[in-house]
Amino acid sequence: MASPLEQFRIKPLVDISVGGVNASFTNSALMMMITVVGVSALLYFSMRQRSLIPGRMQSIAELSYTFVANMLRNNVGAEGRKYFPFVFTLFMFVLIGNMLGMIPYSFTFTSHLIVTLGMALVVFIGTTTIGFMKHGLHFFHFFLPHGTPIYLAPLLIPIEVLSYLTRPFSLALRLFANMTAGHTLLKVFGGFVAGLGIIGIIPLAAVVALTGLELLVAFLQAYVFAILTCIYLNDALHMH
Amino acid sequence: MPQFDPSVWSPQIIWLIVSFVALYYIMSRFVLPRLNEILEEREFRISDSLRRAENLKQEAEQAVAAYEQTMADARAKAQAQIQASHERAERLAAERQAELGDRLVDEIAAAEARIAAARTEAVAGIRDMAADVAGLAVEKLVGTRPAAENVLAAIDDTLKRAS
Repeated sequence: MASPLEQFRIKPLVDISVGGVNASFTNSALMMMITVVGVSALLYFSMRQRSLIPGRMQSIAELSYTFVANMLRNNVGAEGRKYFPFVFTLFMFVLIGNMLGMIPYSFTFTSHLIVTLGMALVVFIGTTTIGFMKHGLHFFHFFLPHGTPIYLAPLLIPIEVLSYLTRPFSLALRLFANMTAGHTLLKVFGGFVAGLGIIGIIPLAAVVALTGLELLVAFLQAYVFAILTCIYLNDALHMH
Repeated sequence: MPQFDPSVWSPQIIWLIVSFVALYYIMSRFVLPRLNEILEEREFRISDSLRRAENLKQEAEQAVAAYEQTMADARAKAQAQIQASHERAERLAAERQAELGDRLVDEIAAAEARIAAARTEAVAGIRDMAADVAGLAVEKLVGTRPAAENVLAAIDDTLKRAS
């Protein structure tokens, strides 16, 4: 029987190499593309009627719009409007990526640390750049919050710098670990179902319950990723 | 774990960038402006309808106020008219009553005068007739006719005693 980790294997579909760098179109890339096309088609065609009273599909599109818009407004404020397309894209990309991963035999690209780290680094570098562009060198005050006694500075500044620098890694690891652990667990229990015969009904029930849990986690992690992006953005725009 | 095999990092990063940029472009260029437009139009329609409803409500309230004002005016006017005609009727009735009373008093007085005259006349007639009858009766009994003055005096005396 295949290892529970087999599902995370990258399989090249089309071998491509750009300047000596491996840029093969893999199963991971395929799922990313399906996500892009799926999100675009879902949102674009659900609004074709532009009805004043939304139908079922239009409601989905409008709900996701207002959901992310409210998240951004509550956490960042009016200044965050500029970054709405980015946060919306990020949320939909992660959410649909997670959800598509729940389909049996498909692939979850968010279970790869390099992918989540790529997104987390974009968020990290982006928010840091915004912080320095808006506040200049004052952005360094971020590491010494207002009202801190000066004698605590030698202790506090390293802690703050460290916690700031670990942000992209915690952001990336959280999504990667949740997805990997959940899918591995599903696979392990799935293996028990086949191996235990009639008693396999017990792990089967567990798999059913875990699938529901994983759907929740798939949404929750997309939400957490987006809301942490909003919080980092708020830190960059408004400091503490 | 396949995740920690560095040979699969570069294709994933490259395709992540490609797909994310594509999705960002589609979202910011086509999808989000359209969604925003729809939501704003709905908001506008709702607020517009609310404003119109508010206006209509105010108009209705004004109409009700005007109607009530008209009703109150009409009622007051009717009341005044009723009052006026009532007063006029009372005055007229009083006048008529007074007039009737005067006339009745006059008529009573006239009738009383007439009655008195008739009575005097009747009494005078009775006196003359009684004198004649008495004269004749005395003539029959005595054979001579008494003097008219004596008869009249006797009659007067009798009448005085009778009345």
